[in-house]
Amino acid sequence: MSETTAIPDIQVRADERKAPRGKTFAEHPLVQLTIVRFLETLREPEALFWIFAFPILLAGGLGIAFRNRPAEVLKIATVTPQLTQSLQHEKLLAVQQLDANAAEEALRTGKIALLAEPGANGTIVYRYDDTNPEGRTARMLADRAVQQAAGRADPVGSSDVLMREPGSRYIDFLIPGLLGMNLMGSAIWGMGFTVVDMRRKKLLKRLIATPMPKQYFLLSYVLSRILMLVAEVGIVLGFGAWIFHVPVRGSLLSLAVVCLLGSLTFSAMGLLLASRARTIEAASGLMNAVMLPMWIASGVFFSAQRFPDVVQPFIKALPLTAAIDALRANMLQGANLVQLAPQIGVLSAWLIFCFILALKLFRWR
Amino acid sequence: MSSHSQVACPLSGRDTGFMSAVASSPALRVTGLRKAYQDVVAVNGLDLEVRAGECFGLLGPNGAGKTTTVEICEGLTEPDSGDVELLGMHWNSDAKQLRQRLGIQLQDTQLSEKLTVFETLRLFRSFFDQGPGASDAIALVQLEEKKNSRVGNLSGGQKQRLALACALVGDPDFLFLDEPTTGLDPQARRQLWDLIEQFKSSGRTILLTTHYMDEAERLCERVAIMDNGKQIALGSPRELIASTCAEHMVAFSAGANSHALDIPALRKIQGVRDVRSENGTVEMQVTELHLAVPALLAELTRQNIPLTELSTHSATLEDVFVSLTGRHLRDE
Repeated sequence: MSETTAIPDIQVRADERKAPRGKTFAEHPLVQLTIVRFLETLREPEALFWIFAFPILLAGGLGIAFRNRPAEVLKIATVTPQLTQSLQHEKLLAVQQLDANAAEEALRTGKIALLAEPGANGTIVYRYDDTNPEGRTARMLADRAVQQAAGRADPVGSSDVLMREPGSRYIDFLIPGLLGMNLMGSAIWGMGFTVVDMRRKKLLKRLIATPMPKQYFLLSYVLSRILMLVAEVGIVLGFGAWIFHVPVRGSLLSLAVVCLLGSLTFSAMGLLLASRARTIEAASGLMNAVMLPMWIASGVFFSAQRFPDVVQPFIKALPLTAAIDALRANMLQGANLVQLAPQIGVLSAWLIFCFILALKLFRWR
Repeated sequence: MSSHSQVACPLSGRDTGFMSAVASSPALRVTGLRKAYQDVVAVNGLDLEVRAGECFGLLGPNGAGKTTTVEICEGLTEPDSGDVELLGMHWNSDAKQLRQRLGIQLQDTQLSEKLTVFETLRLFRSFFDQGPGASDAIALVQLEEKKNSRVGNLSGGQKQRLALACALVGDPDFLFLDEPTTGLDPQARRQLWDLIEQFKSSGRTILLTTHYMDEAERLCERVAIMDNGKQIALGSPRELIASTCAEHMVAFSAGANSHALDIPALRKIQGVRDVRSENGTVEMQVTELHLAVPALLAELTRQNIPLTELSTHSATLEDVFVSLTGRHLRDE
């Protein structure tokens, strides 16, 4: 109807319709979606804290608290000058002489690990808490000092060689654990929260009202996750290596493969957890319910071997256990990908299961 | 307005290839549409036709089924039964082509607050094969000053204009606007109306839902009034007003004496078509205002009822809705 009035324009538009101008790299929907994902994460100060600062603070704090110290000097007390004198020769004990009441009080309140008193017929009575390792150590040291002061000679001579090597300390155990925990947390929170938030704000619905290819939406999450992953892993490992000299004995390539697989697996779990939830509260309840057992059972802070044998198969089947075991084996024992096959198998199984289920359940609105 | 049409350049000059080829067929044809949610029937056997190039208004109170209808037309909701033909295509076979040619503004979408206006539009633009660039789209809705502001810092009206820009960025042939001005202050509403009118003048088809009658009267060539999932009236705003109501509405309040009012006597006044009384306020449809008002005053004096308020206005679509359903639009 407006053909006569708008011929030049129609001509131009018809040409455009036939051959839309090719898009530059930056104009590609996948690139745009990834940029936007990445920007949104960077502009979320709280998220950045949890992803970057928190693991470092935790590693720093625990590394200092559980650092390997020179053997500690134990505080003990006596009530007679003779005992004090004979115990003073032991360098690992700090002896105080107190009156009976004060000594009693000091022992009860844990200010001293052991109280040595004269017993009947020239014997000595050691009073200590046998459930406290310090008490038991003090007992052995004190008794040895008293016996040697009284003239006992050791029948076999001995000497000590001390080992404090990186790779066998608590911090070496802890850093891979924190790395695994961080991979899980950032992937599940990052995926779960943003998807649920977008659903709640009807932004998911708005996006599928455009011609956006749906797989690009998902793929953009994966790509921005990988970008973040480089920074996340780099910061934790760099911090561990720089401050605590935590080693990475395996190949960096296998470490990268483990981190990537772990992050994808946890992202798939996040997607699954977020596939239906309409409120942040519902989603965060679900996410905590899934993550909390793994924080406890999967050996982040202490070895998962401490749990009874009956539950070991279940613990081994958890994705976080697999991720942390693989990270520790790579970093501390230098294991290669073939040796990590069981853990990689567990992670892959979770990845496939969660991803397929998430795609089935996912709601855009 | 005339100055705005210069800004609208990237969108002006419609591709009427489709419209001239199938000039007789409507841009949107909905037949026998039905959609129920659990126990609520949202849309109950709806037929609609939107002509190419017109702005068609879907009017009704909240819960009338407008949004469900629009979302079915937008391919976001599956109808239980019925058929939607949009730009000569169908959702089950031509979804991909359709998406490229539609501009959609959903009711209360919250765009990402962490992104800037420009970043948001650049993202939406990337989904479409053609259309104005992000900067041009920003100019179209007059948000140039806010180009680099975060969406979270925009006012309600600015957010709605950004949502409109997101709908325009693919250079759509058919534009869906679901309650575009709900919740905006009067100034922001007028600004948005100007933008929509300018878009209309470039010859595109618009389907607009609203529960503001003044919005429909100002923007729409034709409106369908919906209530309880059905269409209860169809026509241009003028036609609807002329067919259902008299030209003028007279409202007065009898205050505390309203119970003593003799309504049947009021109906007999010359030029009065209908009288409705509600909460002490009486509304009368009147054809000849100059005769009816003096007669009304005389009648009230005869009934010994003091008049506290008296107002008259030209009949609106709101009055049409009241006379069709007995309810006000914004009762809910």
